[in-house]
Amino acid sequence: MIGLRTKAAVAVLAATLGAGAAAWAADGEAAHIERQHWTFSGMLGHFNAAQLQRGFRVYTEICSRCHSVKRLSFRNLVQPGGPAFPEAGVRSLAADNYKVDAEPNDQGKVLKRPAVLADHIPGPYRNDQEARASQPGGALPPDLSLITKARSIESHAPFYMVPLSMLRDILSGYQEGGADYVYAYLTGFKEPSKDVKVPDGMNYNEVFPAPHFTAMPNPFAGGNDAVKYDDGTPQTVDNYARDVTAFLAWSGDPALAERKRLGLLVVVYLLITAILLYFAKRRVWSKMH
Amino acid sequence: MASHESTFRPASRAGKWLDERLPLPRLMHGQFVDFPTPRNINYLWTTGGLLTFFLGVQIATGIVLAMHYIPSAGDAFSSVEAIRRDVNYGWLLRNIHMVGASFFFLAAYIHIGRGLYYGSYKAPREVLWILGVVLFLLMMATAFMGYSLPWGQMSFWAVTVITNLFSSVDAVVPGLGTRIVQWLWGGFSVSGTTLTRFYALHYLLPFAIAGVVGLHIWALHVVGQNNPTGLDIKQPSDSVPMAPYAIMKDIFALSVFVLLFAWFVFYLPDYLGHSDNYIEANPLSTPPHIVPEWYFLPYYAILRAIPDKLLGVIAMFSSILLLVFIPWLDTSRVRSAKYRPIYKWFFWFFIISVVALGYLGSKPPEPPYVGWARFFTAYYFLHLLVILPIVGVIEKSRPLPRSITEAVLGKEPAAQGASAGGGK
Repeated sequence: MIGLRTKAAVAVLAATLGAGAAAWAADGEAAHIERQHWTFSGMLGHFNAAQLQRGFRVYTEICSRCHSVKRLSFRNLVQPGGPAFPEAGVRSLAADNYKVDAEPNDQGKVLKRPAVLADHIPGPYRNDQEARASQPGGALPPDLSLITKARSIESHAPFYMVPLSMLRDILSGYQEGGADYVYAYLTGFKEPSKDVKVPDGMNYNEVFPAPHFTAMPNPFAGGNDAVKYDDGTPQTVDNYARDVTAFLAWSGDPALAERKRLGLLVVVYLLITAILLYFAKRRVWSKMH
Repeated sequence: MASHESTFRPASRAGKWLDERLPLPRLMHGQFVDFPTPRNINYLWTTGGLLTFFLGVQIATGIVLAMHYIPSAGDAFSSVEAIRRDVNYGWLLRNIHMVGASFFFLAAYIHIGRGLYYGSYKAPREVLWILGVVLFLLMMATAFMGYSLPWGQMSFWAVTVITNLFSSVDAVVPGLGTRIVQWLWGGFSVSGTTLTRFYALHYLLPFAIAGVVGLHIWALHVVGQNNPTGLDIKQPSDSVPMAPYAIMKDIFALSVFVLLFAWFVFYLPDYLGHSDNYIEANPLSTPPHIVPEWYFLPYYAILRAIPDKLLGVIAMFSSILLLVFIPWLDTSRVRSAKYRPIYKWFFWFFIISVVALGYLGSKPPEPPYVGWARFFTAYYFLHLLVILPIVGVIEKSRPLPRSITEAVLGKEPAAQGASAGGGK
């Protein structure tokens, strides 16, 4: 009898919680975004140099037509923990493909010079006004240096689940919401349902906040084989999105690998210290109890 | 200072020489080595040490960050990025300072909650408590101005929203509120001028905090520490010398708290922040939801719970200023809630209300959140203004132990201080 009552109570509770969760999910604005597996997540996270190199290729061949990564310098592309391109290659990339303003000459004229490792990577436009003017809808293509830091996934957890989901994210060190969003966005260009009228100059993206219209067209509209990979990785839209997201995650946080490596040392050191201090404290207080 | 016999004996001739001229080591020894601390204080009493530690950490990292930061509307955001990317261990300094602010508040909230539960504001600790409220207000001002410095979208719009609150004074004296806001901004909108003055104050206020911390500790050492029983120290066996007992406990607690802190600094640096703050401030684009840092959310919820702007502002400020009057609002003659069967329940509901307000403050001001925010706001004020005075009068407290020693050992000491070996 008690068993039956308990079961009934559990069933009622589960139904209530379930209904609550459904109601809360419905009033969220953005679509549900899946968490992806990234090499740079968790305590031992680090970037995969080969993936960042592929991602840089996707960026330069597709994204860089409209978007800059102005907070990166060419030298960053050489640094360990990042794409770690060979220095000579980056030097010639900078010198051959990019021109930057030189210091004014003795006549006061500003001439152009080839870029060097110390220069920031120049974007496609001279300023925001030129960027807007070059877009069909006049929208500003944002700089992508910090894009994975500047985006996140909205939590749709009902209030009674918030402590639990917070605990899960804290224990797992979850900081990849921005990368998850960018990946979902890049692969989120889908055909809208029949009754959705997409305005001119806009595009439908299922993860973009409602009404899901974004100025950016599908960057991978060319489908698979749009970018050539030479390391044997399959040339798929999914890989392009994944690799360029990893590259952008690195460009937003170039010190990530060093941070996590040092963090491990610090946490282990503090853990051992805390244990030793615990026993020292017990010893000191043992006379008192 | 609380009187106790000094055990300070200068070891060297130089020490003796100084002791006869400036007995600073004797003062320190008296206050931090053989100062009598109640033998029964629990780990909640380690939060004061944590707070002092975090003040030091914030000042130390802040001074180095100030060497690299540029307080101008055009360069602030980029200079923070340069710190993260190009300054040696700049990312670490910045993470420590940014996460440190949150942990400073976490420790402060535990510290305040402990004071409320154990009645640490009651006579003779009223001045000590009021100094604590002053510290809390100074911390809030410092943190608010510090949050403006990265000059991201949330920085900019938080400053806009909060400074604009003063324009509600227009409802009382037309024009005055607007003038105050323009005076704060240094112009007709939030701009680089506002940023520069906030930066100057953000550098100044921590030293004011350090000064008031000095007074807070002074007041504490005059009246002595409260403890879970709320009883005074009456006999030598009730107390232990601060070193090594309390100090050892403080250091252990610090190591655990710093472990948690390090976890956030290295693995979750952005967890407590808002992703919009990685977008450079743009006066022409308002974020869909403007939210303050987590430690301001309860007050933000109170502000938005009230439909009238001026009344909302008054409610928000008075929710903090009311704390000053708690020593007189609480009419109970018993300090610790441990012996207050009715108050205990109200206390925990008060804590739940503040946490709930924090959650509601992070949500958009629409149903059902606003309704709940009103409910918990009502309880917040009801608790302080009505429940606290009435419960103190009608409540019958549980029997108190005769002394701290009895609370710990279950019996009074047979001979004076024999079992403890502590005291003076």
